[in-house]
Amino acid sequence: MDTNNNQHKLCHINPDWCWLSRVKRIFKITDIMPDFLFRKIILISGLSILILTIMILVSLVTNSMLSIKTFGFKFFTARVWDPVFDQYGSFPFIAGTLLTSFLALIISVPFSLAISLYLGGEFIKEKSFFAGFLKNSIDLLSGIPSVVYGFFGLFLIVPIVRYIQMKFGVEPYGVGIFTASIVLAIMIIPFSASLGREVIEMVPAEIKEAGYSLGSTRFEVIRYIILPYCKSGIIAGVLLALGRAIGETMAVTMVVGNSNIMPSNIFSPANTMASVIANEFAEAIKELHFSSLIEIGVVLFFVTTVISISGKIIIRKFAIRT
Amino acid sequence: MESEVLKIENFSAGFGKCFVLKDINFSVQQNKITAIMGPSGCGKTTLIRCINRMHEFSPGAVYSGRILLHGEDIYSINPIIVRRKIGMVFQRPNPFPTMSIYDNVLSGFILNGIRLKKEEKDQIVFNALQKSGLWEEVKDNLHRRGTFLSGGQQQRLCIARALAMNPDILLLDEPTSSLDPKSTLLIEQLMEELKQSITILIVTHNIAQAARISDYVAFLYLGELIEFGPSKKIFTAPENKKTEEYLTGKFG
Repeated sequence: MDTNNNQHKLCHINPDWCWLSRVKRIFKITDIMPDFLFRKIILISGLSILILTIMILVSLVTNSMLSIKTFGFKFFTARVWDPVFDQYGSFPFIAGTLLTSFLALIISVPFSLAISLYLGGEFIKEKSFFAGFLKNSIDLLSGIPSVVYGFFGLFLIVPIVRYIQMKFGVEPYGVGIFTASIVLAIMIIPFSASLGREVIEMVPAEIKEAGYSLGSTRFEVIRYIILPYCKSGIIAGVLLALGRAIGETMAVTMVVGNSNIMPSNIFSPANTMASVIANEFAEAIKELHFSSLIEIGVVLFFVTTVISISGKIIIRKFAIRT
Repeated sequence: MESEVLKIENFSAGFGKCFVLKDINFSVQQNKITAIMGPSGCGKTTLIRCINRMHEFSPGAVYSGRILLHGEDIYSINPIIVRRKIGMVFQRPNPFPTMSIYDNVLSGFILNGIRLKKEEKDQIVFNALQKSGLWEEVKDNLHRRGTFLSGGQQQRLCIARALAMNPDILLLDEPTSSLDPKSTLLIEQLMEELKQSITILIVTHNIAQAARISDYVAFLYLGELIEFGPSKKIFTAPENKKTEEYLTGKFG
């Protein structure tokens, strides 16, 4: 204020200084204020995410306290889940989740790798119509709601699996772990494929050319240069997809068979952690039932956290220092 | 007494409808250094990329005419065989960042799926690194990644990588343009030694470098071969006025 007044007085002596003080005032309002506000907004948004995460964890843990106290560690190893007799062991669901997600991963990796290599520019010389079409349809696939995938699974995959089951001589339920894995695989392909495409596009043209100049074929360049270079990115994409597969609820619930018995083979109907919550949450009147379901939620929370952290560790470990 | 390794006949190349190279004719002599020089954008790099058929990776690449390697048109042979016979070193050093120095030298074999015994591998790595003058500097770090080396060392590693495949011709595309004077000098000395056993074709926009190392010079301007001949003659008494203007620094 003081300086402003002084400058204002100075304006009478020399009009040029008046212009200077006005410029300074303009800078104060339009330049410094937004910067200050912007910084605060960003800080608040960042903090709110942190608080939200902690709040989710706290509310999950407090609501599942009853089950944690009643069953202790046996909750994870017991194989019987029977709401009628108040017996809750989550092992069948942990097994169901792990089986469906890893099976889905095994099914999806070859496809997503092939798609990402194709779209990453290794097999298309110029931007072709087909490549653009494929790229858009992959984006479209990742936007389709989970329920729709569930219907797709029921109408198309279930009859096919039933046919396979009859050929193998297993009871032809149609629904079960294998069906859920196929539906999950289809759902996660767009994610790992688009992430893979991004890392493959980032391989420097120079090292690809160096490979070709040594007389190698396209396959050899992919095998010995592009894939080693993209290893960490591809693994990260796969882990991201795994995280999604583990948490996926709606589509899985529709095709997994919803049986609380320990699965005996990959065709048997089962339940995953997410699907059992979705199935029984509305009818969980007993306090212990309710809190056991929430404890499964806590497990899901930790499993996904562990996966995302290990993904970050892998990226850091394999990162190429150039 | 002198024999032709490579003969370029009525060769034109370009992208789509735009021809960057127009009707090039000259031949490369065995165990000599042939320099291709000219101002930026005159088609030097395109020409050298045509010689080991890297040009066709560019979108819309077209060409006409013939390039004969030992009398055989390289465009009638499988490009993979051509590239094994004609090694290439690029403008920017590009060792494979995922491989160790040892594997980088052997990368030509690894990439082509050729399996070698341990002793053979050691021998090839030793020979190639000796030839490229890098052995003394890296012999204790052979199994570390090549990316910690300096720019000049990386470029010599790239030369070693090309030499390991035992090519007939080594193409160098402005190999020293991203290097400091000391590394440049080392690589120039290296080329002098290498020409005992190999034919070298180098692209350069550095007139002094061409004068120092080359036996033959091709001067390209706007995609046309203006003059070709022994370096001594071109640098002392160029026939074409354009060449003289370029050499005296009037343009380029």
